[in-house]
Amino acid sequence: MNNGTSPAQVALAWVFVGIPLAWGVYKTITASLALFQ
Amino acid sequence: MSFLDRERIVAKPGFNRWMVPPAALCMHLCIGQAYAFSVFNLPMTKLIGITKSAPDDWKLTELGWIFSIAIVFLGLSAALFGRWVEESGPRKAMFTAGLCWTAGFLVSAVGVYTHQLWVIYLGYGVIGGIGLGIGYISPVSTLIRWFPDRPGMATGMAIMGFGGGAFIASPLSVFLMNHYSTPTHIGVAETFITLGAIYLCFTWVGAAIVRVPAPGWHPEGYVAPAVPKKLISTNDVYVYDALKTPQFWLIWWVLCLNVTAGIGVLGQASAMSQEMFPGRVTPAAAAGFVGLISLFNMLGRFFWASTSDLIGRKNTYYCFFLIGMVLYVLVPYTGNMGSVTLFVLCFLVILSMYGGGFATVPAYLKDMFGTRYVGAIHGLLLTAWSAAGVFGPVLVNYIREYQINRGVPKHDAYDETMYIMAGLLVIGLICNACVRAVHERHHMKNGNEAVAAAARG
Repeated sequence: MNNGTSPAQVALAWVFVGIPLAWGVYKTITASLALFQ
Repeated sequence: MSFLDRERIVAKPGFNRWMVPPAALCMHLCIGQAYAFSVFNLPMTKLIGITKSAPDDWKLTELGWIFSIAIVFLGLSAALFGRWVEESGPRKAMFTAGLCWTAGFLVSAVGVYTHQLWVIYLGYGVIGGIGLGIGYISPVSTLIRWFPDRPGMATGMAIMGFGGGAFIASPLSVFLMNHYSTPTHIGVAETFITLGAIYLCFTWVGAAIVRVPAPGWHPEGYVAPAVPKKLISTNDVYVYDALKTPQFWLIWWVLCLNVTAGIGVLGQASAMSQEMFPGRVTPAAAAGFVGLISLFNMLGRFFWASTSDLIGRKNTYYCFFLIGMVLYVLVPYTGNMGSVTLFVLCFLVILSMYGGGFATVPAYLKDMFGTRYVGAIHGLLLTAWSAAGVFGPVLVNYIREYQINRGVPKHDAYDETMYIMAGLLVIGLICNACVRAVHERHHMKNGNEAVAAAARG
């Protein structure tokens, strides 16, 4: 049995945490634009 | 053998170590919600009155204790359960932390539903706080073992997640509260239940994918330095023996002073920006400023911890204290000059170093005390955070109040505070300068191994 990790598994794991984080950062940056208006 | 046991999560050959940072992030992104708890404060003051606070509604001052209790229990539980986390392995610890964190939300939902504040203190503050402490330290030593070549970067990634969790939780909570609210009801309890369910899934996914390296494992091509560096120990120190070393207490003060300076201004950033630049920084712009400094707090965790792998931990803290001192002294001048841009820039760098202090300290401890009990020692050190969580805001608030009572105009009321913060950093600089390699009498020998084994049962 091969117990190695496939690149797809690694990518999936990063996407799983990356998408919510990117969404949160996007919302924060959008809100912070008021500082420069 | 249980699914949660350490023995069950020893990685097989071919396991990719880059699976471990996302596992750690699953935990830290969830518990990082703590930084965004304030979004519930205002809605929770209107649970009865709905549109405005009724006499029986909770006061903001009473609600402020929820976060404070959670942070105190974070420090206490990290200190108390550190050794258990280290010996049980990251899966059991992350599973337990996820359970406590979710239970905290569910109990708090009951507190909101029955309008009993003590139930929320117990739920989010005590039970959730325990989840925070266990969750915060659970992946740290595992990451250090997987990335012996870049321990700072590895822990920086996880601890960056703690800063990033607020970015997700804040808009998500607002969205959920809007979704569940009706003209006669504010949907805080339902939001707590939904968040609890989401966090349980996330933390348990993290627990499922986390692995520990097999004994003696090294990354491919990694060769440990032939000549050990003076401040990087190859020996381990037993968790409670670390408390007997001056190094532990010096680093405790290094962290405490760095955090005190940062946390004080973090809590007052919105008010400070508006009071120092009256009429120029609106409440909306101040909210944007708070978001921006939180972003740099998060990015600084990764940037400075990764930098520490290149320049060393001690030098990284020298940077924090020296640059921080200059910037704190500069802040009052930015107010006098009327330069909002310079003011913002100063705080962005200051807050990046505040986050960097948190993220660099696990690797600093690993350099001093070895990898064996670094998670547990890190847990004990987090009491410095609890202490700073009290010192920082108290210093900023009381000095500002004192200045205003003396007749100092509001826009100048922070000057003295900034100079005091710079003074605290001078003390931190001295503590950092005093850190030397741990004396070999504290290193684990066969006898200590036996004691540690006996303690493990």
